[in-house]
Parts: sequence; structure tokens; C-alpha cells
Amino acid sequence: MNPDNLVQTTGEWLRATGPESDVVVSTRIRLARNHAAYPFTNRASPHQKAEIEAIVREKVAQVDSDRPLHFINISKLGQLDRQFLVERQLISRELANAEGPRAVVVDDREAVSIMVNEEDHLRLQVMRSGLALDEAWQDIDSVDDRIEQVFDYAFSDEFGYLTACPTNVGTGMRASVMLHLPALVLTKQIEKVFRALQKINLVVRGLYGEGSRASGDFYQISNQVTLGKSESAALTEIREVNRQIIEYERQARTLIIKETRQAIQDRVARALGTLQSATMMTSEETMELLSSVRLGVNVGLVTGLPITLVNELFLHTQPAHLQKLMGTQLDGEERNAARARYLRTRLKEAGPNPN
Amino acid sequence: MKCQLCPNPATVHFTKVVNKKATELHLCTECAARQQIPSLGELSLSAILQSLIGQHVGPQAEEMSRLTCPTCGLKYMEFRREGRLGCPRDYASFRVGLEPILRKVHRSTRHVGKVPRRRQPSEIDLSLLDLRQQLRRAVQAEAYEEAARIRDQIREKEAANESR
Repeated sequence: MNPDNLVQTTGEWLRATGPESDVVVSTRIRLARNHAAYPFTNRASPHQKAEIEAIVREKVAQVDSDRPLHFINISKLGQLDRQFLVERQLISRELANAEGPRAVVVDDREAVSIMVNEEDHLRLQVMRSGLALDEAWQDIDSVDDRIEQVFDYAFSDEFGYLTACPTNVGTGMRASVMLHLPALVLTKQIEKVFRALQKINLVVRGLYGEGSRASGDFYQISNQVTLGKSESAALTEIREVNRQIIEYERQARTLIIKETRQAIQDRVARALGTLQSATMMTSEETMELLSSVRLGVNVGLVTGLPITLVNELFLHTQPAHLQKLMGTQLDGEERNAARARYLRTRLKEAGPNPN
Repeated sequence: MKCQLCPNPATVHFTKVVNKKATELHLCTECAARQQIPSLGELSLSAILQSLIGQHVGPQAEEMSRLTCPTCGLKYMEFRREGRLGCPRDYASFRVGLEPILRKVHRSTRHVGKVPRRRQPSEIDLSLLDLRQQLRRAVQAEAYEEAARIRDQIREKEAANESR
């Protein structure tokens, strides 16, 4: 499959159709899996990595699936296309920048992705819109069952699924929920929430995974422990914690509307106004303004603007997406101009109104 | 009591424990100094700790630092430095060093959760992994006949696994 086919759309997970999607953007579960008969990626020879890739291309990508699976050879892609797949969350930055044979298998809806020769031989991933941990688990559990028929997993009764990094060994499962928490940020309660989370062994990260700062008030909450705790126990923990945070965020939204309505109204209207009329826009400013607009839509301060479109704009204004949409490579300044133009056009089509 | 080395009265009483074997020494001050036995004032807590680590952890740490996985060639110290294991066998090769780390990260050392449905043997079969690494070394050494022989072995084994 050519990444160009994806440019005009977003994955289903970004369409805000899932449960609690006023606060929760998406749910993602990934499983780390390795082949028992090969060294882990970092010790594998280029030839061995190519063999792993061949097993995936010839067998894993051919397993029965609800939707057709497409095999994308990452080492044959240019820098822009690799960055594009990172922005779509189909591959990690590490896989994009790695060397040697590596690939990703994706389905049409971008619900399933399988990274090949990342830190582990396979990184299976399932994405869902909204808070949908059970559904995501059922999806990935069944993908995992089918892959295990054709890919001999490194598994020991004692340590579970064996992984290159001991922090993933056991279930190999990382479940992440991506939340939009603008009101907790505005009311300065966010730090308090995170300190509480760290105590119970959950990790908080920004939008684009490991090490990235939280831009646009997006936060990802994931489990850390993979050994000695079953998948369902880990999922229950994550679910409970997220329910609480969703509740806190909604309370904070109610509070700011009740007590500082005018200030919030002004903030949202200015954000929308800037997005509709600016002629130069950096990626950071776009994230920040769209975050205010998204909050505005969710608390009823903006009408005529579907959340799906707001979510889409977050993705389409990322550097690689923008260049793919414009069909040409753009440097920083050109990108800022193109971004502003794109935002103006898309918002004009929708015709939102501040209330 | 007289000093064990000279006729002077013994004033320093010292018990040395090596490998759980205690040796008692009763010496006069001068002989004790000559034997480089520290006086009480010089024995700080950190010095005691240091010697404890040297006695009990030291040999083990040294033993671990010499560990190398026979299959992938990763050294334990490389793992400690880089944080990544080299192959599935490392979980057995470095077990002694890994368990404290697992306990610290996960507060557990035993898997609970999903088990592959296809799996029959209770011990992980690493013979194919070993054969693959032998093949790789044979090719590097340009021992092509050896390599061809190993390749056949791998094919046979894979075919046997398929039909399992």
C-alpha cells in the first residue's frame, strides 16, 4: 500500500465516535512479541532481520483478518513518508529512524498495525476511538491468536512473552488512553492528578509517546507493570483511573463555565478567530488554539463545528501531513503559511460560530 | 593472656571471618600494627559496609560481570549499560542478575496472564535459535559446507515443527 492513499482521511480511531469522546480521544493497546528462533532485533544480523520481515510479509500479513492487511516496507520509504506514518501513530519514531529491514502491516481502517523489527520483532497495535479498552483487547487478542499460528513466539511459563527490554516482559502489553484535558490544565489541577498516578504505577506522556511533551493538552495514560499482573487486571486498573480523570475533567469544565464564563468565551472566540484569519501558523500554536476550540465545542461555546473535524485538523496540520496534502516539500516558513491557509479553508467550509 | 607473636601481654583481640571460618588473633599493640590490623577508632561504618560488599556481593558481581550468553554473545555488563537483552536465552543466561531488576520494576518475577494457545512443550525450545546463530557464525567464517549442513538441519527442524 502507498501511504498517499491515506492522506485525505484519518484513521477511524480519530473520528470521535467512541465512548466518552468529549474527553477521551482514543484507546490503544500494543503487544510486544518476538520469534523464539531469532536473536532480538538489536542483536540480529541484517540477514536475520530480513528473514523476520519475510515471515511477516509471507505469513503474518496473510492471516485471516476482518479487513485486508497491507504490508509497507519502511526502508524503501523516504523521510517524509516515514514521518507521515509516525504522525498517524502507525509506527514509532524509533522505527522510522532505525536502519535495516523493517516494515509495518496496516489494515484499511488503521485500526490494526504491526511494526516489524522495532525493539521487538513484532509490535502489534490496535486503536479505537474513545474509551474502549475491552473492545481493543478483544481485537488485539484475536489478532495475536491468528499470528501465533504462523509466528513461533518466544514464551516461557515463568517469564511469559520474552522481550528485548525487561520492562515489557510478561504480558508484553501496554494499554494507553489518550485524553484531552484542557480544563484540568486551565485550573492547574493537572500536576496533582499526575502525582497521584505515578504513585499507582501508571505512566503519563504527551501526545506522541515516549519523551514527548504534552502539546494541545493531550495526555496518554498507560500501565507500566507487565509481569505478575494479568492483562485483564491491568486493563481494569487503567479503566478505573481513566473514569476518575474523565470525571475530574468534566467537573473542571463545569466549574470554569460557571465561574469564569466570560474569560473562557473570550479565549475560545480568540482561538477560533486566529485560526480563521491568521496567515502564518506554527505547529505549536495550532495545537494550542485547536485545544481551546475543542474545549469550546465540548462545552457548547462553539456551534457548527463537529469534533471529528477538530480532531482531523490536529492531524492534518502536522508537518508531514501538511506537505503530503499540498503535494510538495515545504520548508518551515512555507509550512507555516500553508498551515494557516489550510486551516482558513477547512474552517470556512464548516462555518463555525462562537456562541 | 600473652601475645601470640611475642612475650608481651596481648591487648588487641581480633576475630577474622573468611568463608564462614573464624580465626582468632590475640596480639600486643605493636604486633597488631605490624600485622596491619586496624584499631577500633579507624573502623568506620562505611569501611565495614565496603568490606561486606566486597565479601558477599563482590564475588557475585564479578561472576555476573563475566557472564556472556552462549547463544547471542551479549555480556551481562553490556546489558546493564544498554538495558536491552540480546535473545530469548538471556532470560536464563542472566537469571541471577535479572530477577532483582524484575522485582524492582514489576514487583514480581512470575508471569500471570495470556499463554499462547498453540504451545505444547512447557519449556521454551531454543534449539532453532542456536542453530541460526551457528549458521551465522559459519557464514562469517566462510565455512560454507558447515553452513549448508546447518541450513539443512534448520529446514528439517522447521518442517517437523510445522507438522506438529
